[in-house]
Amino acid sequence: MTAVDHHRHPGINLGHTDPDTHEQAEETLFGFWIFLMSDLVLFALLFATYASMMGSTDGGPGPRDVLELSSSALETGVLLFSSLTMGMASLAMKYKEPPARLQMWLVATLILGLVFLWLGGSEFVKMASEGASAQRSGWTSALHALLGTHWLHVAAGCVWLILSILQVAIFGPQSPVKLRLMRLALFWHLLDIVWIFIFSVVYLGGLA
Amino acid sequence: MPTTEGWWPLVFGRLSFDALPFYSAIATGAASLVVIGAVVVIGLLTWLGRWTWLWREWLTSLDHKKIGIMYVIIAMVMLARAVIEGSLMRAQQAMAFDNPGFLPPEHFAQLFSTHGSIMVFFMAMPFLTGIINFALPLQIGARDVSFPLLNSMSLWLTAGGAGLMMASLVLGKFSTGGWTGYPPYTDAVFNPGVGPDYWIFAVTLGSLASTMTGINIAVTIYKKRCRGMNPFRMPLFCWTSLCTSVLMIFAMPPLTVATALLALDRYVGTHFFTNDGGGNMMNFANLFWLFGHPEVYILILPAFGVYSQVISNFSAKILYGYDSLIIATMCIAVMSFTVWVHHFFTMGQSANLNAVFGIATMAIGIPTGVKIFDWILTMAWGRVRFTVPMLYALAFMVLFVVGGLTGILLANPAVDFQVHNTVFLVAHFHNMLIPGLLYGMIAAYTYWFPKAFGFRLDEWWGRVAFGCWVTGFCLAFLPLYPLGLMGMPRRTQEFFEPDYLPFTIVAGIGALFLLSALTSLVIQLVVSIRRRATLAVPGGDPWDGRTLEWGIPCPAPEYNFAVLPVATSRDTFLAAKEDGTAYAPRRAYHDIELPRNSMTGVVFGLALAAAAFGLVWYMWWLAALGVLVAIGAVVARSFVLDTMRIIPAAEVRRQDEAWLAQVRRLPAADRDHETTPRNQGIAEAPAP
Ligand SMILES: [Cu+2]
Repeated sequence: MTAVDHHRHPGINLGHTDPDTHEQAEETLFGFWIFLMSDLVLFALLFATYASMMGSTDGGPGPRDVLELSSSALETGVLLFSSLTMGMASLAMKYKEPPARLQMWLVATLILGLVFLWLGGSEFVKMASEGASAQRSGWTSALHALLGTHWLHVAAGCVWLILSILQVAIFGPQSPVKLRLMRLALFWHLLDIVWIFIFSVVYLGGLA
Repeated sequence: MPTTEGWWPLVFGRLSFDALPFYSAIATGAASLVVIGAVVVIGLLTWLGRWTWLWREWLTSLDHKKIGIMYVIIAMVMLARAVIEGSLMRAQQAMAFDNPGFLPPEHFAQLFSTHGSIMVFFMAMPFLTGIINFALPLQIGARDVSFPLLNSMSLWLTAGGAGLMMASLVLGKFSTGGWTGYPPYTDAVFNPGVGPDYWIFAVTLGSLASTMTGINIAVTIYKKRCRGMNPFRMPLFCWTSLCTSVLMIFAMPPLTVATALLALDRYVGTHFFTNDGGGNMMNFANLFWLFGHPEVYILILPAFGVYSQVISNFSAKILYGYDSLIIATMCIAVMSFTVWVHHFFTMGQSANLNAVFGIATMAIGIPTGVKIFDWILTMAWGRVRFTVPMLYALAFMVLFVVGGLTGILLANPAVDFQVHNTVFLVAHFHNMLIPGLLYGMIAAYTYWFPKAFGFRLDEWWGRVAFGCWVTGFCLAFLPLYPLGLMGMPRRTQEFFEPDYLPFTIVAGIGALFLLSALTSLVIQLVVSIRRRATLAVPGGDPWDGRTLEWGIPCPAPEYNFAVLPVATSRDTFLAAKEDGTAYAPRRAYHDIELPRNSMTGVVFGLALAAAAFGLVWYMWWLAALGVLVAIGAVVARSFVLDTMRIIPAAEVRRQDEAWLAQVRRLPAADRDHETTPRNQGIAEAPAP
């Protein structure tokens, strides 16, 4: 894979595909899907831990005392919208739009990701100030572990976005760069799905 | 002397001269051995001027065969340490009747914790990962694994974890919480020292490595099979490796969660598993055994695969009940996730729950029994050759059935209440893991050694080692069954019951045999290296093999296959030998693309190990630096696009044609001369 190549990828360049590159891309993406499955097990267990510690508040604050529907609704909106911009980035790559267009969508996703990180971060600060720090009780520990793991995943996604924006600028849409973007998109959408579960179980479940 | 004031803690955290192991002569001796060993290796490499060679040819290599070999080396080094530790414990128990013996309780507790952690995470896992890494791509006719760089990163994470275990011998004390590290015993209140932290981070490095390996191997099997190698033509070892890697993908994350949450409890004061603050230590037991039970099948399945290959090969028969073996393997893999509660039958859940998990546990005996019958029927009416790998397979079949039966006993909650926490359990799991894992891995090591290095292992010393392993196992562990029934608790440093003594003495003698077995393996390797000219098998097929890996030279070339093979049946290479096409001239050669070496894996793994060391000792700067360097290595690598190199077709042709010409000159050795110098790797005379 040298210079700028025009190989097409499944899921990006529908219609005509180059069999060799197709196969290579498939292998990489398949591996990433399996990684995501393994990662989902991690989240599933954190959910299970959270569920089993719902009542372990040790006399401290519980869901109704610290969780807020308004801020979490805003976070949900921001994250869902970032999935849309990530989807637009994938389409820009698929239809070979100018790299600037692709970068624009990636930057938009990055900004939304950073907004989410900021919102989540201020939620952690607020919880700590209300006496619901991770150290307060079994329940706050489980809550922070679940939210924190998701937050760290989004942070990793943001670092990855920055690298991708750089690499599109430096290398142009070459196969390795495109393959990475496809994996990043999968990762990003997965975090969105995990967040939907967090929103349903932690926020809606805790406040209902 | 360093204090807790001034600059010292900023640089060295809580590491001080107190951390040096001068609390007992044995600890001092062991630590000196580690240090002297490291100094000797470093000195030798410098004196021989081999650093560049080591770096270029091995440490940075992305070749799956070399990575596999390095895994096995790690496993063997750790095996040596853990066998010695086990023997020390048996020796202590042989003389600790009414008598404190030579190991103080605290030290004894460290020994059973390191012994267990090492055997599971840094002997068994690297050994089977190494064997799979080496043999699996060859068996499915592939040039490499799917993700060579990820493979190197996994190797170096494992090496880092093993290094951390070694560091714990020299600096500070290891955990006394056993290999399972149960809180709240291992939480900060009861155990504020560095021991549990060493355990947490060594195990976490190992579990991350295994998750990555699982992904890599599964994708390799799905995507890298050669033409014609449909799933039901794969050698059985590939099937068991597939099930093992799927188990790794799903069973390692629970361990990662368990150790991460325990670390949070210890480092930032959360309340996941603590006694106070609403913590729930049963969550740890659930998370740990949600990993821990599937883990025993991660350990055993590759050995089942090895035995299947070995028994079929040395009985000169096609594997009996191939489909049923696959189905049994898959049943075992799925069922392994449904039985974890049997590890805490006595911890207070309802009788009905215990009954469900007891029955589920017993049910695993069914597919395992199917396998035993298949292996026996593979041997029936075959021409069985008693080579070293075959001897291990035979000993396994006998001993493993005994272990399985005691497992069925333990699966009954009523019985479990009686023998819970006694050495009966110790006997049971050693009965499964020594014949089931260790024998299998040594069989695999003996079987595929020529493919890795080009010469066979010395047969006689192999038999000596085999005899010692089997005698040692029987003497050291079978007495623990009656001892357990008599009520001797596990992890006992001193006892006052005279009836135990005869049994613990026999077990102590068994430990001597196990030490001799280890020594014999070392002697075998040294003797074989010295006799490598007479033991050489350049023809590539020393065992009259049946599967693809035997149709290439010994040692295997870096590109594995000069021309990618086409599978025609379950025993493709055997079929080719029979119709005379095994060594036929090739139609055409092509350029071969292989990954370039990379230092990313080395830097990544060792940086994370350094970070873990920093966390253990509260050297926060080192922890932060290590994590940053590890991330930096991956980021830097993502800017390298030129990762492949080409071996030109002409060069491949030159090497391959030279080998084919050599094959025609080599004499064939029939099976009566399999273990003599006449065996040069040609089983039957190649057809003209
Ligand atoms: Cu179990």
